[in-house]
Amino acid sequence: MIATLSARRRAQPPAIDRAAHLVERNTILYRRNWLLIVSGFLEPLLYLLAIGFGVGALVGSSIVLNGRPIPYAVFVAPAMMASSAMNGAIYETAFNFFFKLKYVKLYDAVLATPLGVADVALGEIAWALFRGTLYAAGFIIVMVALGLVRSWWSLLAVPAAMLLGFTFAAVGTAAATFVRNWQDFDLVLIVMIPLFLFSATFYPITLYPGPLQAVVQLSPLYHGVNLLRSLTTGSIGPSLVFDLVYLVLLGAAGLAVAATRLERMLLK
Amino acid sequence: MAAPPIRSNALIHARGLSKRFDKLLAVDAIDFDVERGEAFGFLGPNGAGKTSTMRMIGCVSAPSGGELSVLGMNPITDGPRIRARLGVVPQADTLDMELRVEENLFTYARYFDMPRDLARRRTRELLEFVQLSDRAKDEVEPLSGGMKRRLTIARALVNEPELLLLDEPTTGLDPQARHLVWDRLYRLKQRGVTIVLTTHYMDEAEQLCDRLVVMDKAKIVASGSPRKLIDQYSTREVLELRFSIDAPPSLDGKFEGLADRVEVLPDRVLLYTQDGEAAAAALHGRGVQPESTLVRRSTLEDVFLRLTGRSLIE
Amino acid sequence: MTGALRFLEHHAVLYRRTWKGTIFVSFVSPLLFLAAMGLGLGSLISSGPVRTVDGVSYLAFLAPGLLAATTMQTAYVETTYPIIAKIQWLRTYDGMLATPLTIGNVVAGEISWLAFRLTMVATIFFLVMILFGTIHAALAPLAILVAILTGLAFGAPILAFTATQRTDNAFSVIGRFIITPLFLLGGAFFPIHQLPQLLQGIAWLTPLAHGVALARGLTTGRITSSAGVDALVLLAYATLGIIAANITMRRRLSK
Repeated sequence: MIATLSARRRAQPPAIDRAAHLVERNTILYRRNWLLIVSGFLEPLLYLLAIGFGVGALVGSSIVLNGRPIPYAVFVAPAMMASSAMNGAIYETAFNFFFKLKYVKLYDAVLATPLGVADVALGEIAWALFRGTLYAAGFIIVMVALGLVRSWWSLLAVPAAMLLGFTFAAVGTAAATFVRNWQDFDLVLIVMIPLFLFSATFYPITLYPGPLQAVVQLSPLYHGVNLLRSLTTGSIGPSLVFDLVYLVLLGAAGLAVAATRLERMLLK
Repeated sequence: MAAPPIRSNALIHARGLSKRFDKLLAVDAIDFDVERGEAFGFLGPNGAGKTSTMRMIGCVSAPSGGELSVLGMNPITDGPRIRARLGVVPQADTLDMELRVEENLFTYARYFDMPRDLARRRTRELLEFVQLSDRAKDEVEPLSGGMKRRLTIARALVNEPELLLLDEPTTGLDPQARHLVWDRLYRLKQRGVTIVLTTHYMDEAEQLCDRLVVMDKAKIVASGSPRKLIDQYSTREVLELRFSIDAPPSLDGKFEGLADRVEVLPDRVLLYTQDGEAAAAALHGRGVQPESTLVRRSTLEDVFLRLTGRSLIE
Repeated sequence: MTGALRFLEHHAVLYRRTWKGTIFVSFVSPLLFLAAMGLGLGSLISSGPVRTVDGVSYLAFLAPGLLAATTMQTAYVETTYPIIAKIQWLRTYDGMLATPLTIGNVVAGEISWLAFRLTMVATIFFLVMILFGTIHAALAPLAILVAILTGLAFGAPILAFTATQRTDNAFSVIGRFIITPLFLLGGAFFPIHQLPQLLQGIAWLTPLAHGVALARGLTTGRITSSAGVDALVLLAYATLGIIAANITMRRRLSK
């Protein structure tokens, strides 16, 4: 009897209409805190101004792309866009999600309604993506206004940033299920800061010695940066396929880990 | 394999229901039925398996063995459909601390896919019902324990559930707050809502439950109405004796023939008898001088003591 | 009530962590920033139009700037969430003031703790700078003092402000609209004279620009004629901040 029952036990598949209600909950919360959402846009913009233009004036046009030198701001802007997609997704999932999961026990209450664990995961990731999309769209408009966009391929930059956001939201949600306490978040930061600094964000990957280049290639942010930079500068090549596949696979893996672990944590 | 539909008129039907966590058997093959319109209780100490049972009924924990049907459906395959018709008051309030009082009810109604207009109306009505209308726009955190509990109960009622599950509804509340909660639950019962609750307070079980099961160490040890359980497992009256701790007298043989049963607890002695006053007088005649004596009616506490040899609240 | 406290406490800790995690900021973060920006970006700049910045390598230019900017961040973290937690959420001070301790003791205690944290952070950072070989002058160790002073010039006024707050809402605004912009645009990453005129003016009104200029002069050995003014500005901010903190804390805690 026990054997047949556990064999029948299976996860409730997600439904978009159910997950949408969790997104609605978040919009109700942030209607009051809209300034918080807007100010999240400020940091990447400041980085763009400080590094792209401030430091850019010192760098000049020493970066060569497709055989022609480009201004440093053109080079660094898509990287700032990618970093902000990563930061937004990680903060929303790893930090806020953990807070709701472990401290306010929000999901224990949600799961007493028709919503299931998969709906919760889908809803939270969708919300993170929604915020990320807002920032990405805003950022690309600023880039256009500052003349940092060099190609019509840039139209695809927003969906590309969404993909990057999805990857990090999925990984962040999975990470949140492993976090035991706030101290563990230092570990999350110990991963995030090097990702931000060493993913060919500020200078081309070719500046690294050969073996280090291979290490940088492992960084998901590197692939996001590469993807966005290719689109906004119009240097489209076959390596993009690799970037896309890497991000999709990592996102799917994160989602699978998150769903399995959440199922076990919430539905004991 | 697909589960065969379980046919029963009972709202909840359980046979051989078990729950195992790794090595721990939390619920051990229990049988019970909850009929429509009744208030049904699980009485037992902490760790008896009450919460595990409630979580299985609430479709957030899969049974490890046995049969369970809720509202005539299978909790494993029909979780969302069952939960749509349940109201759940968990042991911890789990309110949404980031949202205001009324937003808690509104968003919860939306989780049940209730249209916004209706959700707003239900929110107003329920805040009225639990006497929190004047706190509608407030943050949740500063509310008192009793208010939070009432808000949690209101939240559980948002979908007009046929079946209301309450896990320790008044644990941790002061007496006044408890009575207010009991009063609201009593009104719901009058309206025909089926109520299932767990408690380790015998007075709560006696006040609210038409029928209850006594759980201990993962098993059901007795079941019936509170009155019937007391009649069956206890005497009409109880004589409670307290003796000086410094010089406890020798009591050997002193209670002979005075009571059906004697329980010697660390702090007092209980004599189960049909006539407490008579037993006290007889005891006095035998030269026993307790520091204090008290004659009272039997309660579920006594039933529990009889069945398990332990007190409900350690 | 204990639940409420725990909730708010963790809330406070959450924001501290998201800001960056205090230990992490003090060592690993400068190390990584100097490696990525000082060395990596520095190699681009050395082959760029200017090659050197204010007469030194980009790494030597950046390191003292980051030193001062880092103590600013530490001061912000230490004087916002932990302080309001003690005033409002945990009521630690109420307990302290029930003993012979005075409000003046409390303020002095908080400022001392801040100075201690800043000393730790600045010293560790300075060691990292030695590691990177960016110390070029005999007076360089004085840059540690300058960094501590810069931290106090931010921390003391923020402490005074925190004592007037009932919620933590304003802190993320300070972080996003003052600390982060200063960190990025306040002279650590590129010379202030590159900024538009108006922003230059604003930058020089804040302690950070002065702290950066002074620390940079000391570690590169190119002390400017305005060094005295820089030091005075820092001292003035710190002193006025401490006085203000005494006033606002007194107002808040002696009701």
